[in-house]
Amino acid sequence: MASHKVNKTIKEINERIRKGLAVVVNARDMIDIVRDLGKVAAAGEVDVVTTGTFSPMCSSGLLFNFGQEPPVIKGAKVWLNGVPAHAGLAAVDAYMGCTEPVKGDPLNKVYPGRFSYGGGHVIEDLLRGKSVHLRVEAYGTDCYPRKNIEKDVRLADLPTAMLLNPRNAYQNYNCAVNLGKKIVYTYMGPLKPKAKNANYATAGHLSPLLNDPYLRTIGLGTKIFLGGGTGYVLGPGTQHNPKPPRNERGVPECAAGTLMVRGDLKAMNPRFVRGVSILGYGCSLALGLGVPIPVLNEDVAWYAGVSDADIAVPVKDYGHDYPNGVGRVLKKVSFEELVSGEIEVEGVRSATVPLTSYTLSLEVADTLKQWIQNGSFTLTEPQEAIESQ
Amino acid sequence: MDADAPYSQIVYLVFAPDVVGKAIVCSLARKFDLEFNILKAQITPRQEGAMTLELSGSAAAFQAGLDFLRDQGLKVSPAAQRITRDEASCMHCGVCTSLCPARALHLDRVSREVVFESEKCTTCGLCTQVCPVGAMQARIENGAEEAAEDA
Repeated sequence: MASHKVNKTIKEINERIRKGLAVVVNARDMIDIVRDLGKVAAAGEVDVVTTGTFSPMCSSGLLFNFGQEPPVIKGAKVWLNGVPAHAGLAAVDAYMGCTEPVKGDPLNKVYPGRFSYGGGHVIEDLLRGKSVHLRVEAYGTDCYPRKNIEKDVRLADLPTAMLLNPRNAYQNYNCAVNLGKKIVYTYMGPLKPKAKNANYATAGHLSPLLNDPYLRTIGLGTKIFLGGGTGYVLGPGTQHNPKPPRNERGVPECAAGTLMVRGDLKAMNPRFVRGVSILGYGCSLALGLGVPIPVLNEDVAWYAGVSDADIAVPVKDYGHDYPNGVGRVLKKVSFEELVSGEIEVEGVRSATVPLTSYTLSLEVADTLKQWIQNGSFTLTEPQEAIESQ
Repeated sequence: MDADAPYSQIVYLVFAPDVVGKAIVCSLARKFDLEFNILKAQITPRQEGAMTLELSGSAAAFQAGLDFLRDQGLKVSPAAQRITRDEASCMHCGVCTSLCPARALHLDRVSREVVFESEKCTTCGLCTQVCPVGAMQARIENGAEEAAEDA
C-alpha cells in the first residue's frame, strides 16, 4: 500500500474523543469538506465520519432466553404473541426471525396480503415495554419435566434479548420497476405496471458501506449504532459479495457487501426499531444502523466523501425478470437521478419511490455523531477484516 | 385519473320510500363489476332508508355505478372518510407515494420528508394499505365507523 500523507490510528482518534477534541462530521457534510479542502486536508481536519441508514432489513432477528421457573422445561416449540420462534437451540433459548408471520395469518390467500403482525412487530412491542404472550410446548425429559408454559412477559423479564442479524446494511441495492401489465407487490413495495414507479432502497451518500467501499475500516469488532443503542459488527453478512464490479471511485455497481451484527435489544430505542408489514410480501423489521468511519488517512477521507452522483444503481424488472431469476440490468442510474423524483426506463417516465427513510438515516448519523462528540462512544479496532476487493 | 386504476371510496346512499323495496345495490356487482362492502344499513320497508357502502373497482366503473344509483332515484353523497397520518409513527420512508393517485403524498426534495397535503387527498385509502407501519389511517364519518367496528 502506498504511504499516506496523513496517518492516524484509532487509538489517537479515541484520545481526541476522550479529550473532547475530535472533529466528527456526518457523511453528508463530508462531501463538501472533501470537495472544498481536497482529500489530504480533509483527512487532517476530520477524525470521524458518521454514516447511517434506516430501512427494512430482512435477515434480522431476536435471540432470546426466556428463563426457567420450577419445574424446569426444555422448550421444543415457542411462540411470542402467536408468532413462532425457532426453539431448536437449547432448553430456554429461542430465535425470533423478523419475517415470521403470526400463526394463522391469511398470508396471500386474500391477495395482496396485509401481513399485519409478525416477528418484527414482536421485537418492537417488546422494546416498547409491552407485555407479550409467551407460549412454550415441550415433550418432557427426566431433567426437564415441564411440558408447557403460558404466561405474559416483558422485555425486562427476559434474561437475554439481543438482536442478532445475519445480514444488514446492504452496500448498494437494486432499483425495482415492473415492465409487466399488472401491478406486483414485492419486497421492494408495490410496483405499478409499465414501469410507472421505480422503487429504491439505500441511503445514498449516508449509507455506511458506500462510505467505505472496500471495508478498510470496518471488520469484526467494529462498534456501531444499532437500533438506537450500540452493537457490534460480527463479520460479513450472508450473501456478502466481496468482488462486485465497481466504478472508478470504488463504489459497487450492484448489491455487494453486507454486515452481520448484534446488539442488546434492552438498550435500544423503538424509534429506530420498527416492525413493518409489506403489502403482498410479508413482515420485516425496519432498523437504524450507523457505522463510524475513522479517518485514518486521505484515502479513507476520499471514499467517505462519496456523493449521490458517484453512486450508480442497477434498475431491474421485478415483473418478470426477478421472480424468474433473470439478472438483467435494464440500465444504471445515479442515486442523484433517483432522488430527483423521476427517471426514464424503457422510454417511460418513472416516478422514483424510496423505501429507505432519508430523514431517519440522517438522524442515525447525527445521533452517532453526538455520542462521539460527547465522549460516550469511542471507536474499536476491527479484529478481523471483511474481504472486499 | 386513469380509468382502469383501482379505486375505492365510501359512499352514503339515501333511499326514498318508493325505492326502498327495489333490489338496486346488487346491480353494482352484476352490471358494473364493483365490489361492495356494506358498512352500515338502515332500511325499513315503506320508509326512507340509508346505507353506507364501500365501493371498489376501476375508477370508470365507479363513476358509471354512481350514475346508475342516481338514475334509480337514490341520493348519493361521498361519506366523509378522512385520511389522517399518525405523525409519531410515520417513518418518512416514502412507500405511500408509490400509489397515491392524487399526489397528496409526495416527497419534499429538500427536506426528504413525506409531505401529506390532506386537501388534495381523495380518500381512496390506498396509502392505508401500503404504509408499512400503519401510520396512514382512514376515519369514516356519518356514523359508519361504529358500523365498521361492529361488523
